[in-house]
Amino acid sequence: MKYSIFSLARAAFSGHKNWQRTWRDASPKDHYDVVIIGGGGHGLATAWFLASEYGIRNVAVLEKGWIGSGNAGRNTTIIRSNYGLPGNTGFYELSMKLWERMEQDLNYNTMVSQRGVINLYHSDAQRDAYARRGNTMRINGIDAELLDLAAVKKMMPFLNFDNARFPVQGGLLQRRGGTARHDAVVWGYAHAASALGVDIIQNCEVTGFSRDANGKVTGVETSRGTIGAGKVGMAVAGSSSRVAAMAGLRLPIESHVLQAFVSEAIKPLIPNVMTFGAGHFYVSQSDKGGLVFGGDIDGYNSYAQRGNMPVMEDVCEGGMALMPMIGRVRLLRQWGGIMDMSMDGSPIIDKTPVDGLYLNAGWCYGGFKATPGSGLVFAHLLARNEPHKEAARFRLDRFRRGAMIDEKGVGAQPNLH
Amino acid sequence: MVSHAQTHRLASGGLIDRSAPLNFRFDGKTFAGFQGDTLASALIANGVKLVGRSFKYHRPRGILTSGSEEPNALVELRTGARREPNTKATTAELYDGLEAASQNRWPSLRHDLMAVNQLFSPIFVAGFYYKTFMWPAKFWEAIYEPAIRRAAGLGRAAGVADPDHYDKAWAHCDVLIAGSGPAGLAAALASGRSGARVILCEEDFALGGRLLADGGTIDGMPAAEWISRTLAELASLPNVRIMNRTTLFGVYDGGTYGAIERVNDHLPSPPEHQVRQRLWRIVAKRSIVAAGAIERPIVFAGNDTPGVMMASAMRTYVERYAVTPAKRIALFINNEDGWRTVETALGAGLQIAAVVDARPDVSAAHRALAAKAGFPVLNGFVSGVDGGKDGVRKISVALVGGARAEVEADGLGVSGGWNPAVGLTSYHRGRPKWQDDISAFVPDSAPPGMVAAGAANGAFGLGACLRQGFAAGVAAAQTAGHGVPPVADDEAFSLTPLWHVAGKGKAFVDYQHDVTASDIELAQREGFESVEHLKRYTTLGMATDQGKTSNVAGLAIMAAVSGKSIPETGTTIYRPPYVPVAIGAFAGHHRDENFHATRLTPSHHWAAEQGAVFVDTGLWKRAQWYPRAGEKDWLESVTREVKAVRGGVGFCDVSTLGKIDVHGPDAGAFLDRVYINTFSSLAVGKARYGLMLREDGMVYDDGTTSRLAEDHYFLTTTTAKAGPVMQHLEFCRQVLFPELDVQLTSVSDQWAQFSIAGPKTRDLLGEIVEPVADLSNEGFPFMGAREVPLRGGIMARLFRISFSGEMAFEISVPARYGDALVRNLMLAGKQFGVTPYGTEALGVMRIEKGHVAGPELNGATTAADLGLGKMMSTKKDFIGRVMAGREALVAPDRQVVVGIKPTDKTRRLRSGAHIIPKAEIPGPDHDQGYVTSVCFSPTLDQWIGLALVERGRERIGEIVHAHDPLRGENYDVELCNPVFYDPDGGRQRG
Amino acid sequence: MRIVCPFCGERELGEFTYLGDAKPVRPSAGGSEHDVFDYLYLRDNVAGAMSEHWYHGGGCRAWLKITRNTLTHEISSVEPAAGVGAAKVGG
Repeated sequence: MKYSIFSLARAAFSGHKNWQRTWRDASPKDHYDVVIIGGGGHGLATAWFLASEYGIRNVAVLEKGWIGSGNAGRNTTIIRSNYGLPGNTGFYELSMKLWERMEQDLNYNTMVSQRGVINLYHSDAQRDAYARRGNTMRINGIDAELLDLAAVKKMMPFLNFDNARFPVQGGLLQRRGGTARHDAVVWGYAHAASALGVDIIQNCEVTGFSRDANGKVTGVETSRGTIGAGKVGMAVAGSSSRVAAMAGLRLPIESHVLQAFVSEAIKPLIPNVMTFGAGHFYVSQSDKGGLVFGGDIDGYNSYAQRGNMPVMEDVCEGGMALMPMIGRVRLLRQWGGIMDMSMDGSPIIDKTPVDGLYLNAGWCYGGFKATPGSGLVFAHLLARNEPHKEAARFRLDRFRRGAMIDEKGVGAQPNLH
Repeated sequence: MVSHAQTHRLASGGLIDRSAPLNFRFDGKTFAGFQGDTLASALIANGVKLVGRSFKYHRPRGILTSGSEEPNALVELRTGARREPNTKATTAELYDGLEAASQNRWPSLRHDLMAVNQLFSPIFVAGFYYKTFMWPAKFWEAIYEPAIRRAAGLGRAAGVADPDHYDKAWAHCDVLIAGSGPAGLAAALASGRSGARVILCEEDFALGGRLLADGGTIDGMPAAEWISRTLAELASLPNVRIMNRTTLFGVYDGGTYGAIERVNDHLPSPPEHQVRQRLWRIVAKRSIVAAGAIERPIVFAGNDTPGVMMASAMRTYVERYAVTPAKRIALFINNEDGWRTVETALGAGLQIAAVVDARPDVSAAHRALAAKAGFPVLNGFVSGVDGGKDGVRKISVALVGGARAEVEADGLGVSGGWNPAVGLTSYHRGRPKWQDDISAFVPDSAPPGMVAAGAANGAFGLGACLRQGFAAGVAAAQTAGHGVPPVADDEAFSLTPLWHVAGKGKAFVDYQHDVTASDIELAQREGFESVEHLKRYTTLGMATDQGKTSNVAGLAIMAAVSGKSIPETGTTIYRPPYVPVAIGAFAGHHRDENFHATRLTPSHHWAAEQGAVFVDTGLWKRAQWYPRAGEKDWLESVTREVKAVRGGVGFCDVSTLGKIDVHGPDAGAFLDRVYINTFSSLAVGKARYGLMLREDGMVYDDGTTSRLAEDHYFLTTTTAKAGPVMQHLEFCRQVLFPELDVQLTSVSDQWAQFSIAGPKTRDLLGEIVEPVADLSNEGFPFMGAREVPLRGGIMARLFRISFSGEMAFEISVPARYGDALVRNLMLAGKQFGVTPYGTEALGVMRIEKGHVAGPELNGATTAADLGLGKMMSTKKDFIGRVMAGREALVAPDRQVVVGIKPTDKTRRLRSGAHIIPKAEIPGPDHDQGYVTSVCFSPTLDQWIGLALVERGRERIGEIVHAHDPLRGENYDVELCNPVFYDPDGGRQRG
Repeated sequence: MRIVCPFCGERELGEFTYLGDAKPVRPSAGGSEHDVFDYLYLRDNVAGAMSEHWYHGGGCRAWLKITRNTLTHEISSVEPAAGVGAAKVGG
């Protein structure tokens, strides 16, 4: 059923008794052309692009729990394409363009809100680094503006301009950046992919790979039986190493916990997405009114989906340093997501050394904003067996070659990215 | 203004202090209450029923509970900069002059035009917004979203800086107890008597938990007496600490707990020099969760009408606060506990209109009580409530068997049973288990060291609470001497599960978020059956009450509509904090200027006296330049400083550099492994510039290292990397090369270090160094390093190194002499026109000399990129050697450091501009690098810069575009040798 | 999380910084590009008990080898790194 104000109004007359499932509750078939492991945003987007762009509809998405139960459902919902290095710049802009048409593509309101993302700077050196990045964006046709102090004051008069330890000097603004409703992205892709024939199979945990005599992957073993596949794509950020290990692969990835926080709902206070340049803090306000904020990863390998107090305090200290008006706003919930932290802070989308197995991993903090772009380029790779041009640098062998995409310049230490 | 009379205050009783009357204001009206009231009890005392509006439909709402689980009675407390939105009236302590306002309504609470939303409620069902507001695409940001955002949210934040202070503290104990009800107090007695260090946290200001409202007999005495005796005993034990107004909100790894103490929230504002709240990090060997249970509502049409209240809350209001939520009370219950409210109400002289008991088998004693008091006991369900913003008027009852009844009442007490407070036990992702006899989830596993006791563990009888609490206290203390446990009888408890009464009209599950039973049915219909999907689709349990009253009912209804059992349906993940906690408390004093520490250089106070402008460099404040009277801008000052150095002599505080003493017979061998160049061959008394790589082959840090003795090197790092390099070197020493006999000592803070530069440097140094020290070019050649005596007797380290390109020395003295040294340099140097210079002039001179610094050492450059590839030894192993040889790191088209000069000599350069070939249009395919550092060079009288440019060194002399669309600039620059000044280095060696 | 430093006693997480898996061993001089690549980039990324390098920067500056469960954060052993301690005397 097509969603619109008219269908809603019609449904209201029948007490909303006639709505169908948002996506079909499929049971596994014996064989699919493509099996995607991971029913998060990336896996579902990949399935949708396979079906809609590449005409491959005999596709299953396998999810060990409920769709969106991983990082798709526990991030801070920011979308942006303000990256500075070749590889990232073009890819995240591709993704941004797909965000801009997502609702119409999917017939689902994912609440893409282009309210602007501003990175604040606090020193000349930081301004220069932001200028370099902003110019990269502009040269790539991406909107970027370098704001001076007066412009920042006008836009966000509530920041601490008077007695800050590291006074704000300006910011790099991407007006097209913003937020989207994370769960709705998952449901929207599920809704649209399911309508094109993709089977979304929940509570189906992959326990191993079926391989032929040559080692080629021919399917997956799951908690719901063996499922044959022409190709298998992994989109299981947070668990990439564990799933890859089933195929005998070691990855340049560590799993780390990133905490996120939301405050009680309050009336509109913060107009955009902000990142503090002198501490670990970024924030936006959800449509419901909660301040959604976060900071740095806890810094140690973890699969526990929860963090500890030092980082929680560090994040709140950053928030209070930036805008002491939030002192009396109450933190309502905290949670943790498991990040695939790669060795250069950038993702991996590539074939693997195992024939028939394809990898989409290593998203670090960038996973949510990448969702549509990741779906498109991974679908391209699965369909065409060659990388999409905007993902050509996200190769697995780049570490061996020395062609890292290291935005922060901190090297092969995942907890610093 | 005249206070309204407390029309609903009982003449006697309660734990309020009638000798301490208080005035307060709600929505501009003045009311009276007493010390010991909450805002909620005081509003009830004044007959106020309408307190708030709901989130989505703006339905009128009253007071549902008496605790931190309250979903409805939320207010903006205080005014101005201290305004606190979404404050639960049920936990806000009354103080004289309290001001509160209702929220999420316009123009007023009684006449809220936003209630028009209710007309659209047939459309505003769960998740409706996912299905619409999509066309036209541009309208989302322009129209729909702003409207939604304005309507959403609840209270208004102050919007200005929080004027109060917050504190953070640590506490350590053997046994940590959450809750001061019977189980918590019994636990404290047992563990406290045993001598264990005990901390008991109670979120309420009064201690006793449910005993304060429900009373009972313990050890043969009334509960109130037992509480005071117990508290007296606990107070006599020095090892027991009781913290009221303190909520244990989370449990973290290693027995670390988070607690929030509301130190002064019960006052209009904190007394001077006192904090508002304190965040506690409590480290406990064991913990006992005695946090009680939360009574749960039953979902029926109209269950959100003001005047519908939890049955136990009614008892609390009557017994503890001596206020009457209603005069003629009906009860709708499915368990034995609800009958206690009947007894309480009758005892207070209130009328019972009827008891609607869903259980078929009401005891003879209850029936006798009903007969005596003259109210009917109806076996059935409340199916509707007639009332509105002024409260309940009448309830409709569907009787078992099909008949209907109506009951006139002005209040309805509801009890659907009790949910143990399983939050703390579940925060490590432990899932609670279902217990059939109480139809509730109870703790299954718990974080290490934690147990639950009493009602939090599913034991609802008073005797059982005391027994479990005491036993937990004994076990936790792990020592003998706990004495005799307190004893009480257990009340009967029977319950017939009842979650939802089907019928017409909105029946609320999550009051605050307006989630109804039909929303849950819709979610199930649309496939959102997983409890986490349910929560996310309907927003069930995501409000400020964290679903304390709604979650279990919601999943019970989901279980029913999807044909599964409740345990099969499961619970969502429990997430801390247990109650919302002010963000300011987590920050403590780390805000404003105290966000991070401030490090001052040894010459800071002197520089401040000179009027220096300071710049933040990491945690350091460094003098950026020293303006003089009449100078119109920074450029004029910096230009003067550079010229003074190049023409005479100047000095600059470089104490912020990291400094590490490397001692031991293997010190040279160690340095050979961490630097790309060789240090074991360095002669004693000599300094050498060194470059370190990361293991991945990228440049990590640089600096000069001097050999002061055969087994003693003095290593310097950049300011930014002082800490990380120390950590890295310790890793190399302790983990990678444990066989080497070498020791590292950080001496960054021990030495004040100054660079003295310019052709008159020797003249100046001659004034402060003892004449025995030969400073001549022969006696102290370029890159020499040794100790010299200063006039006055102290020893200094002198290094003949130059960053400026001039004849220069760096001089180190013990940090405590830094201030004296700089003052003496000024005195002695007056005759030479000595000029202090700041980091800007330092930067100008290093760019003129083509030295790389932070902007070039960006973590993604190789030694060769920086023009330092020849330093890499091929004769030894060192960190980063192997990976530096990877194909992409030695590719010929890498971006390398070059100099740039604008072709128009008057043109200003800016860092961050990109380099585009002259013939090309800017685009990603022609983006060949960027400008890293720029300055106005007083020496060349024009702007110059350094840039990282593809194949740059092969392109010296080429004219390219500096493209800077961010700043609307595009101009020609010439690629040139990065050493702009004295390229053969004659000046620094002279 | 709390770590029992063998030199300083039990201390709070905030005093320590983390490096990562202690299992990979740096190839000695002459190690091939393949070996160093493996050491530097590839990780088992263990879900369970893992041996790790931690640095007590807020205390004694010792590097510690800690066995910690990445699923529960439970620490089961803490050992000083091989080269911790005072200068070797007499080789």
